[in-house]
Amino acid sequence: MIPAAFDYEVAESVEHALGLLGSDPDARVLAGGHSLVPALKLRISRPSKLVDIGRLADLAYVRDAGSSIAIGALATHAVVKGDPLLQEHCPIVSTTAGKVGDPQVRHRGTIGGSLAHGDPASDLPTVMLALGAEMVIHGPGGERTVAASDFFTGVFQTAVGHGELLTEIRVPRLGAAGCSYVKYHRRAQDWATVGVAAVVREGAATVVLTNMGGTPLRAAAVEEALAGGASAQDAAAHAADGTEPSSDTAASAEFRRHLARVLTARALTEALA
Amino acid sequence: MREITLTVNGARHVLEVEPRDLLVHVLRERLSLTGTNVGCDTSSCGACTVLLDGVSAKSCTVLGVQADGAEITTIEGLASAGDLHPVQQAFHDHHALQCGFCTPGMVMAGVSLIDGGEATDRDAIRAGLEGNLCRCTGYHNIVEAVAEAAGVAS
Amino acid sequence: MSATETRHIGTPLKRKEDDPLLRGRGTYVDNFDLPGTVVMTVVRSPYAHARITSIDTTAAKAAPGVVAVFTGADLRDDWKAAMPCAWPVTEDMKSPEHYPLAVSEVHYQGDGVAVVIADTRAHAIDAAELVDVDYEVLDAVVGVEAAAQAGGTLVHEELGTNVCYVWPLESGAFDEGADVIVKHRYVQPPLIPNAIEPRGVVARPEPGGDVTLWSATQVPHILRLLTAATLGMPETKLRVIAPDVGGGFGSKLDVYAEELLAVALARRLGTPVKWIEERSENALATIHGRDFVTTLELAATKEGKITALRANVVASMGAYLQLVTPGIPLLGAWIYAGPYAIPNYSVTFTGVFTNTTPTDAYRGAGRPEATYVLERTMDLLALELGMDRIELRRKNFITEFPATIASGLTIDNGDYHASLDRLLENLRLDELEAEQQARRDRGDVKQIGIGFSTYNEMCGLAPSRILGAIRYAAGGWETATIRCLPTGTFQVVTGTSPHGQGHETAWSQIVADQLGCDPSEVEVLHGDTSISPYGLDTYGSRSLPVGGAALWSAGEKIIEKAREIVAHQLEVSAEDLDYASGTFTVKGSPDKEMTIKGAAWAAFAAHNLPDGMEPNLEATATYDPPNFSWPGGAHAAVVEVDTETGDARLIRYVAIDDVGTVVNPLIVDGQVHGGITQGIATALYEEAIYDEDGNLANGTLAMYLVPSAAELPSYELDRTESKATDHPFGAKGVGETGTIAAAPAVINAVIDALAHLGVTDIQMPATPERVWRAIEEAKQ
Repeated sequence: MIPAAFDYEVAESVEHALGLLGSDPDARVLAGGHSLVPALKLRISRPSKLVDIGRLADLAYVRDAGSSIAIGALATHAVVKGDPLLQEHCPIVSTTAGKVGDPQVRHRGTIGGSLAHGDPASDLPTVMLALGAEMVIHGPGGERTVAASDFFTGVFQTAVGHGELLTEIRVPRLGAAGCSYVKYHRRAQDWATVGVAAVVREGAATVVLTNMGGTPLRAAAVEEALAGGASAQDAAAHAADGTEPSSDTAASAEFRRHLARVLTARALTEALA
Repeated sequence: MREITLTVNGARHVLEVEPRDLLVHVLRERLSLTGTNVGCDTSSCGACTVLLDGVSAKSCTVLGVQADGAEITTIEGLASAGDLHPVQQAFHDHHALQCGFCTPGMVMAGVSLIDGGEATDRDAIRAGLEGNLCRCTGYHNIVEAVAEAAGVAS
Repeated sequence: MSATETRHIGTPLKRKEDDPLLRGRGTYVDNFDLPGTVVMTVVRSPYAHARITSIDTTAAKAAPGVVAVFTGADLRDDWKAAMPCAWPVTEDMKSPEHYPLAVSEVHYQGDGVAVVIADTRAHAIDAAELVDVDYEVLDAVVGVEAAAQAGGTLVHEELGTNVCYVWPLESGAFDEGADVIVKHRYVQPPLIPNAIEPRGVVARPEPGGDVTLWSATQVPHILRLLTAATLGMPETKLRVIAPDVGGGFGSKLDVYAEELLAVALARRLGTPVKWIEERSENALATIHGRDFVTTLELAATKEGKITALRANVVASMGAYLQLVTPGIPLLGAWIYAGPYAIPNYSVTFTGVFTNTTPTDAYRGAGRPEATYVLERTMDLLALELGMDRIELRRKNFITEFPATIASGLTIDNGDYHASLDRLLENLRLDELEAEQQARRDRGDVKQIGIGFSTYNEMCGLAPSRILGAIRYAAGGWETATIRCLPTGTFQVVTGTSPHGQGHETAWSQIVADQLGCDPSEVEVLHGDTSISPYGLDTYGSRSLPVGGAALWSAGEKIIEKAREIVAHQLEVSAEDLDYASGTFTVKGSPDKEMTIKGAAWAAFAAHNLPDGMEPNLEATATYDPPNFSWPGGAHAAVVEVDTETGDARLIRYVAIDDVGTVVNPLIVDGQVHGGITQGIATALYEEAIYDEDGNLANGTLAMYLVPSAAELPSYELDRTESKATDHPFGAKGVGETGTIAAAPAVINAVIDALAHLGVTDIQMPATPERVWRAIEEAKQ
């Protein structure tokens, strides 16, 4: 459980981090480290250099940004879980942050790290896609904003390119919208076997699935069925349509499809309540 | 090698470490604070839990360099002058330890839970200890100990 | 214990062991930092079955900090004997060659092929990656039934078969013409014991060729004997110390390759060698438990009287025979009929090799496997008979003791009805059944089920003569020494080797009552072969039934010698002395008295002892138990099952155990809590999953689901007490009861929750997917 050797630099600013990353194609960003350090210890990941952005304290915020709420990439899960602004205006984000890992992980792990890691079993990416969140990415060419629907590009792959940093996540104020994230896992500390986020705004539902493919997946057939007037229960029967989930020691693909249907019905029921 | 400064149990240490050195190894091997144990290699068991800037963290999942400048409390720093910390005392009173190997991490997780105001009832305590594994006690007495230290009625 | 007032036995004395452990001052092996220590890491096979075609260590030897690299071939001459297996269960048992490092062929994923020694752990791991091993991958054998079939792939070509042994025990023919026969096949998968402290060793060379070995072991005495034998060292040259050990559950009851390697390399290199196991390494390199496929048949009259039992057990040995691998299934062989009087009994065990981690003792070792299939089948028989499952159990309980059971052993004492009565009282079954019915009537998604397990077990391992009769290589006795120090304190040396069980506290309570002192005045020494040269260590719920009895016998010897001293000093005859709780009084003159402590001083000063008496008050006793001990009890699990997701959670767990005399109820409850939890984990969460090539698919604690507090309820414990008549103060042992009883109770509860849907069977662990599939199949 000792990582292979690497160089280490502390970023003093976003620009400094970008410079450090740009100078080494095998460098990786270290934030809270709760996805990266486990991979380093098992030597699954062997970067040449880590660029530690963990000291960029000015990226650890949650603040009112008008129509949206802006979350700094270095806000920990514990901060997000406990943030009153999110709890009031976008509670699905704070409750889901409270379902990530365990208290120790939530004290150190960051929302930006979690999203940029792109783990298909991770909870927050699903919620971001369901919310239509926006991700602010800084790169050598400046700042760009990427919709969640364009952010998660593959297994452990996101729109954050090499030499770039995810700096901010913007989530909408939900107002009267209903929302729910249902996470299914064996032990409280485990990753999601399957998860389902449902957000119902002005009568239109968005349903997104965790761990039913390489990225968070919109359950389009469910949304269409609901739009066509189907009940939550009937619509949920379409939750696994077109998905190709993996089989592993937690569940077979067939069982994941079944769980997707069950959990979608539950998430919708809660979101519609 | 990099120089880091750690304040551990109130004492300031300036150390040269390799970037890949895990905080738990720095504590155990450089500072001889062997109370913090290593029970797994996947951040699952929580045996290595310490307080890092006042809250629980798995010291096997933090690089020593990440902790530069931090205040750390390990199990050795919990008791003050001979007396056990109330959580340690409650573990003793409720037979909440057997082999003792998970105990330092379990105690630190319990302290953090109580300090954070999250040990509100037994269900909350169970949920709050989700990141710590014990193979001996079945958790029953650990939950009782944390409940007592937290002032949760029996 | 007529002469002893029990002021301390039976009281919840808080543990003496706790303080250093709570302050982070434990002495676990990884905490040792001896000057000059070098670190060993083991290069392991990534394949379950392969021929080693070449090993190139050049790059590793040249890596920073590397002291040495050795392959199996390099060390071949260090071993004067193969790795020890102490239990050749049959004369013709097949035993493959097994050395600490494989030389030409690997037989499971994790089999060691080389060691790297370096100055630091990081350098050792870095260099281990540079050891270049070429393998020719061979077909692997996974699954006991496949392995048992003739004509398939062989784990060890040279043995000509995968069958290690066939061991039958028959007493009475199976009743083929019975009114009712139920027959069912059960799979009990391999389990990873997962003591939270992984294994670890430090071996230090001493002047004159001696070696001191610190090991995270349950068995320092056995380890010393067999390490010396394997290395061809005089036993006197090796001192083994078990420091604080972070749990074992049977997995540290062994002689492991790394212990032998560390001693051999410390001798070769002349400097301390340290090896600390990593958790994912532990999943491969430390023994697994269970891995049985069993077919059990019960024959009964239509009134529910069971007339015959037949079991066919196929048990995996894994790839090699570790210390007691072949004997583990046999530890259950006598108790397949459990607490029931079943006159005709026949069990057959077939041990088979597979290309998986060797199996050996894991909590309960053979007895959970027996109890599980019996208690599941009792429910199936009740279903078949249309009889209440409680009534069926009651109808067949053994009620008269001592009871000689069909398997041939004698149960000294028990009261199974009393435990079951108390269970039903505490469970409030009526309320639960009403709730169950209401949920069924409403068609709730979440259903509840109640499952029972009434059990007994044989523990207190073990009478040496019986061990001899079943071909175990050693005895089952235990020793204890008590030294009455001149200042009125007592030093106890025990041959048991606790690793969480609280012997220092419990042994102090026993001595305090017997010799009349405070438990704080007793010091208990253990776990060091130089301090306690004789001992057979801690496993199989033996420490109190055997080691506690040895301690008691030593106390009796102390009292008898003290009686002579006191009689001499008070100038009365020994017969005129009464003894109670540490004080002798003269019959008829109660003001004339002298204590054990006084006698200790007199024996130390030796100014005025009876003619010919040796000074000092010290006694050693060795106790060989006349019989196994027989705990029993009744457990009930209440589960809630989500019928859509298949998720099963415990909502209550109620246990009644009869472990005879309880020395410390805090410690006993703790043992039961932990045991139940491992049984629940077996029933719902844990399973070592191998793919068809023999790769372990879930070998980390992130994937192997040891449950946390968040998945479990608090437990409701109570006890009934029938004293062990074969034990000096009636103790039976408690370390394994919870694990033995819990798994069948939980599975029976899950099935009960789904019974109205037509579910009658679910393979353990009852994962959500298995539960869901069982519901789906019942719908067909």
